Amino acid sequence: MDGRLVDHPILKFERGKEVTIYFNGKPIKAYEGETVAAALYAAGVRIFSRSFRWHRPRGFFCAIGKCSACMMEVDGIPNVRTCKVYVRDGMQVRTQTGYPNAEKDIFALADKLIDRFYPHGSHYTKFTNPLIRDFVLSQLRKMTGFGKPPKAVYEGKAKHEEISCDILVVGGGPAGMSAAINAGKYGAKVLLVDENPFLGGQLVKQTHRFFGSAKHKAGTRGIRIAKILEEELQKIPNVMVLKETKVFGIYNGGKEVGAVQKDKLLRIKPKKIIIATGAYERTLVFENNDLPGVYGAGGVQTLMNVYGIYPGTRGLIVGSGNVGLILSYQLMQAGVKVAAVVEAMPRIGGYFVHAAKIRRLGIPIYVRHTVLRALGKNKVEGAVIAELDEKWNPIKGSEKKIDCDFICVAVGLSPAHELLYQAGCKMKFVPELGGLVPLRTIYNETSVTGIYAAGDVAGIEEATAAIMSGRIASIHATVALGYGGEEAKKELEEAVKDLQEFRAGPFGEKIVSGIAKCMLSS
Amino acid sequence: MKYLERGYLEKDELPPFPSEERLKKRPVAYIECPQPIPCSPCFEACSVGAIKMDNINDPPEVDYEKCTGCMSCLRVCPGLAVFILRLREDGKGEVTLQYEFLPWLNKGDKVELLNRKGEVVGYGVVNWVLPPERNDQTSLVRVEMDASLIYDVRAVRKVRE
Repeated sequence: MDGRLVDHPILKFERGKEVTIYFNGKPIKAYEGETVAAALYAAGVRIFSRSFRWHRPRGFFCAIGKCSACMMEVDGIPNVRTCKVYVRDGMQVRTQTGYPNAEKDIFALADKLIDRFYPHGSHYTKFTNPLIRDFVLSQLRKMTGFGKPPKAVYEGKAKHEEISCDILVVGGGPAGMSAAINAGKYGAKVLLVDENPFLGGQLVKQTHRFFGSAKHKAGTRGIRIAKILEEELQKIPNVMVLKETKVFGIYNGGKEVGAVQKDKLLRIKPKKIIIATGAYERTLVFENNDLPGVYGAGGVQTLMNVYGIYPGTRGLIVGSGNVGLILSYQLMQAGVKVAAVVEAMPRIGGYFVHAAKIRRLGIPIYVRHTVLRALGKNKVEGAVIAELDEKWNPIKGSEKKIDCDFICVAVGLSPAHELLYQAGCKMKFVPELGGLVPLRTIYNETSVTGIYAAGDVAGIEEATAAIMSGRIASIHATVALGYGGEEAKKELEEAVKDLQEFRAGPFGEKIVSGIAKCMLSS
Repeated sequence: MKYLERGYLEKDELPPFPSEERLKKRPVAYIECPQPIPCSPCFEACSVGAIKMDNINDPPEVDYEKCTGCMSCLRVCPGLAVFILRLREDGKGEVTLQYEFLPWLNKGDKVELLNRKGEVVGYGVVNWVLPPERNDQTSLVRVEMDASLIYDVRAVRKVRE
């Protein structure tokens, strides 16, 4: 069945009704419930857009609406992230960069010819005269196209609604769901919003059994944890859930929040806010790292485990953290070959047991190695890896060609911190926590009273810790609002202790030292 | 922690094996989980208190005398690090392990035996299976093999007919 998985040891893919969408005028088969990007990928489309200046081919990367490489014109609306839009029968999808389209782009010559005289990035140094520079850049931008604005003027009536609540939780992943449950159970009026049409965040693609203690659902698969949390949420009548709702701004020190629910504008008036927006994937610098076929590890998980689509036939995994190791195992479960895992550090970054379970299936793990370049013209057709010396420089003569048709970059995540930053929370760049994170108390309250951060947005960890930190933030907020009494206060201290114990091992050391750098006294 | 440079344990890094006498008496859990990670489902699943773990980050240590080989820990281990070993009276050995691949294995299937590095070290026959639907899609598979192989075989792969 084209590029789609049918049988899987863990997952059952229940596809919706078959529909037809049109890609640059060409009919493409899709199933309801698939995103446009997923359906295009299943149909073999690899070039989703062209780069702004040099018209290099760009493909799929993150699959969760963060990277913008998949922006196209959908039903006349430009700049739509196709990984966030679901297919509908008769939908018209067009690439908006390149002429006549992204796949066959005559301006791609720019990459080959102009590059010889003006190497990438040289427009910053060559065109030193501001007048010439502005002219050249504006012409280059015109050539790339940012989509054409729709001709029709919107004539509908924009709806808006005002909602008040005790606690607003932004983000319905493990941290957000845990926060909503724990605040809801003590009687607080909770509003949980998420931009996706489903809850669970990135749990929906975690087919492996979780680590941690049984109390925190260890031994249970991530996909089931998402369901268990959602069922718990549904049992609490004072928790309202709004899906497909994006929060775009926090105003008046957290007194007012702006959000969009499909075509409706929401003005939310919360007493406390818990931000649990998660994180996004990082990329890595190497030659041709923008070639279609170089994907984020999480993007591949989404494609494969959520939509049941083969990412390729043979992958190279860059990074041996838990994400890279787990992804390798998941690829094998889907019947996709894994060429190797490369790791720049002198040792495996993730849990040993995750490494052992792919190693015993014959997947080589190369530590002190890096990817030098991706090979291929319009998509990945191989890669070159090399060993690194003590100073992290590639050792001459150690280059090795790897046969693969996609490369997964699993080099870590960065917190999706924008809302916290915009709300005026004091931020700090803490490498141990993955990037820009808010200063916070031990109860996860930021420098803006009443605004909390929970889960990966407060520092990159994993889902179990996210569930625990959501619990801490929400119970603290609930107690501050006068709910729960002594029982809640007791649970709060317990929750703080639980998380401390969880982080007490060597894997928690980095997190603990990172948090120490951004701690506010409570 | 040399094992983190390789992704598998060498002989000198393995936890001590149960005695031959113990392995002959009844099946026993052998856990290859040397690294302190925050994980404790095996400890919580054990109903006879055979797994020692001081805190959630402590690597598990099996008391082979207390262990009954009941497979509770094997069912839940997220790291696929538990193996149930047994030496039979007829001189054959058995390893029971978690299996999460297609095609599912059935009793009587011939399998390739893989060691910790993924090298084929022999062939075995599946003689018991807990079907995947009985354990949230993780099948348990018991494989019969030469007695000497139970110390090295850590994965199996179906032999294509």
